[in-house]
Amino acid sequence: MSSREKILAAIKNNQPACTPLPEVEYFDQSCTPVVEKYKTVLQSIGGKVHEVKDVAAIIEILRQQFEDAVRILSVIDSFSGYAEMFTQGDDPHKLDNVDVAIINAHFGVAENGAVWVTEHLLQERVLPFICQHLVAVIDSQNIVATMQVAYDRIAGTQYGFGTFIAGPSKTADIEQSLVLGAHGPKTMTVFILHNQQ
Amino acid sequence: MQNNNKVHATLAATFNVDEPRVDWHDETLWFVRQKRDKAVQVLPEWEALREAASQIKNNVLSNLNEYLLQFEKNAMQNGITVHWAANDKEHNQLVHSILQQNEINRIVKSKSMLTEECHLNEYLKSVGVDVVDTDLGERIVQLADQAPSHIVLPCIHWKKEEIGELFHQYLGTPKGNADPQFLTAAAREHLREKFLTRRAAITGVNFAVAETGEFVVCTNEGNADMGAHLADVHIACMGIEKIIPLQKHLGVFLRILTRSATGQPITTYSSHFRQPRQGQQLHIIIVDNGRSRQLGREDFRNSLKCIRCAACFNTCPVYRRSGGHSYHTAIAGPIGSILAPNLDMKQYADLPFASTLCGSCSNVCPVKIDIHQQLYKWRQVLMQEGYAPTAKKIAMKGMAATLSHPVVYRLAGKMGRWVVKHLPFMVNNKLNAWYKHREMPSSPKESFGEWYAKNRKKNV
Repeated sequence: MSSREKILAAIKNNQPACTPLPEVEYFDQSCTPVVEKYKTVLQSIGGKVHEVKDVAAIIEILRQQFEDAVRILSVIDSFSGYAEMFTQGDDPHKLDNVDVAIINAHFGVAENGAVWVTEHLLQERVLPFICQHLVAVIDSQNIVATMQVAYDRIAGTQYGFGTFIAGPSKTADIEQSLVLGAHGPKTMTVFILHNQQ
Repeated sequence: MQNNNKVHATLAATFNVDEPRVDWHDETLWFVRQKRDKAVQVLPEWEALREAASQIKNNVLSNLNEYLLQFEKNAMQNGITVHWAANDKEHNQLVHSILQQNEINRIVKSKSMLTEECHLNEYLKSVGVDVVDTDLGERIVQLADQAPSHIVLPCIHWKKEEIGELFHQYLGTPKGNADPQFLTAAAREHLREKFLTRRAAITGVNFAVAETGEFVVCTNEGNADMGAHLADVHIACMGIEKIIPLQKHLGVFLRILTRSATGQPITTYSSHFRQPRQGQQLHIIIVDNGRSRQLGREDFRNSLKCIRCAACFNTCPVYRRSGGHSYHTAIAGPIGSILAPNLDMKQYADLPFASTLCGSCSNVCPVKIDIHQQLYKWRQVLMQEGYAPTAKKIAMKGMAATLSHPVVYRLAGKMGRWVVKHLPFMVNNKLNAWYKHREMPSSPKESFGEWYAKNRKKNV
C-alpha cells in the first residue's frame, strides 16, 4: 500500500461518527459605518489612508509623500502620466528596485483594514511584497464590514493567487518591539476613491 | 529513563536560575495575552465565532478522509502536485527528492511548525542542502543554532542585546547596537539577497480548503510570499488536520486566528495559493506523522482542531515561567504537551505533568479544545502504561500499599506527624521532591481517626 492509501485508510478507520457542519451566522453589521471603521482600523495597524475624489488628487498626495522615490511603478493605466507602467512578462526579480508600487484592490474590509487583491490585478504576484512602499486604491462603495462578508464577495471568483493585505509588513520578533518594514513594504497607503455620480 | 534525560522540571529549573529573566519572560507573554483580550472583547460575536470554529473543526475530524480526497482532487485540477507522507522521514525525503529533481541545493523556508516537528532543517543539512529560515525570529534562533521556543514568537526568550551580539557576529552589524529597528533593517537586507537568489521556497500551510483546492498562508513579515513568488519551485508542507471544508469558513478562522495569537485583527498577509505561478512548480506534501493515530484516541483527538495561535502558551503560568525549551519538543506549551505524548509516550511522559491544570488554556482556545482536561487524562494513561517517572512510580506504589493496610497507614501517619513536628529538617530539604515546590504543612497533634475515637467515647 502506498503512503496515501495507508494514511487515508487509517483516517477512515479512526475518525469519529459524522457531526454536522454548523450554520454560521453573519452577525449583522448594517449599522457599522464601514468607511470610518476602515480608516480607524487601518491607521491603528500602521497604515495610511486618504479619502479622495479622483486620481489627480491621489497623484498630488503621492508627489509629496514620495518626493525622493526613484522607481514608481503602476499597474493602473490612469497613473501613466506619473508612474512607470508595469511591463508584462518581465522577470519578477527585476522588481527589487521598485520604491513605490501602485495597485488597485477589489475591496477593503472594515474590521481589519485589509484589502483583497488577486493575481489579475497585481500582474505579478510578488509586486505588493517586494516594493518599498505600497499604494492601493479602492472604491468607497467597495468596503465590507467583516471577513465573512468578504468571502461572500470572493465566492465563485477565479484566481490563481489572491491575498488580503492589511498594512505595512511588520515584525515584533525582537522583544515585542513593533518594527514596520520586515521583508515587504515599509508603508502602505490606501486611497478611498469617492466616485462622483 | 527519559530520552537524553530531558525532563520538563529539570529544564525549567535551569531556566529559573536567572530570576529577573524569568520575570521578564513572564511579563512579555502576559502582555501578549492582554493584547489578545483587548482584541476579542470588542467583538460581541466572539463566543459565537469560537463555537462555530469548534463545530467546523469537529466536522472536519469526523469526515477528514472525504475532505482530504476532495482537496487532493481540486488541488490537482488547479495544477498543484500533491504528495503524501506517512511520517517525518518520508516527508523529509520527499522534500529532498523534489529539490534533487530540480538540481537545487540552496533554499529559503518560511515558518512551518510541521517542518520543525519533522526536523527538516537537520535532515536537509545532512544531505548538503542549505536552508535559510526567513521569519526574523526563526532566523535569529537558526543563527544561534537553537530551536524556536514559541510557535508564533520563535525567539521570545532572547533579549535584544543578545540578538545585537549575534548579528554583530554573523551579519557584521556594529558591536553594541541593540536597537530593534536597526537590527530588523539589517536582517531585511541580509534576507532579501536570499529571496532574490534561491530557486526553491518552502512554506507551511495555515488552512487548506477542500472545496477549492487552495491553501492559505498567514504572515506579518511577508516572508512566505517573498520566498514563494520569486522561486521556481514552491513546496508547501501541511499536516492532515489543516483541512477546512468550505472557502467561506476562512471567514470564521481568519477572524479568530490572529486576534487569539497577537491581538491584531488579522495578519498583514493572508495569501491564498490556488495555482502555480506561470512557469513555476507548486507542490503540497500532506503529512500524517502520528495524526491519524491521535484521531483514533477518543480522549485526545480534538487536539487536532488546533490552529496554532499559541494563545494557550501566552496564558499558561507554567509556560511563561519555564520557557519554551523546557518542553523539549517542537510545539511547546499546553497544546504541545497533549500532542507530544502521542508521538512518543516515553520521551514526553513528563509534559502532561507540566501544568497546574488551572484551565486558562481551555478558556482562551479559539477552537474550544479542552486542553487542561486532556492533560489530566494523559497523566492517567501514562501512569497506566507505565511511563511515569520512576520516583513518582515508587511514591505512588508506596502510597497505594500504605492506604490499603490500615495498621501501616495509622503507624505511617503517626510517624509523619512526629517527624514534621520534632525533626522538620528531615522533610524540609532538597531530597524531598514534594518540598521542592511546596511548603510542608504544620503537624497536627492527632489524626482525625484518633480525634474521632476519643470524642466518640466522650459522647457515649
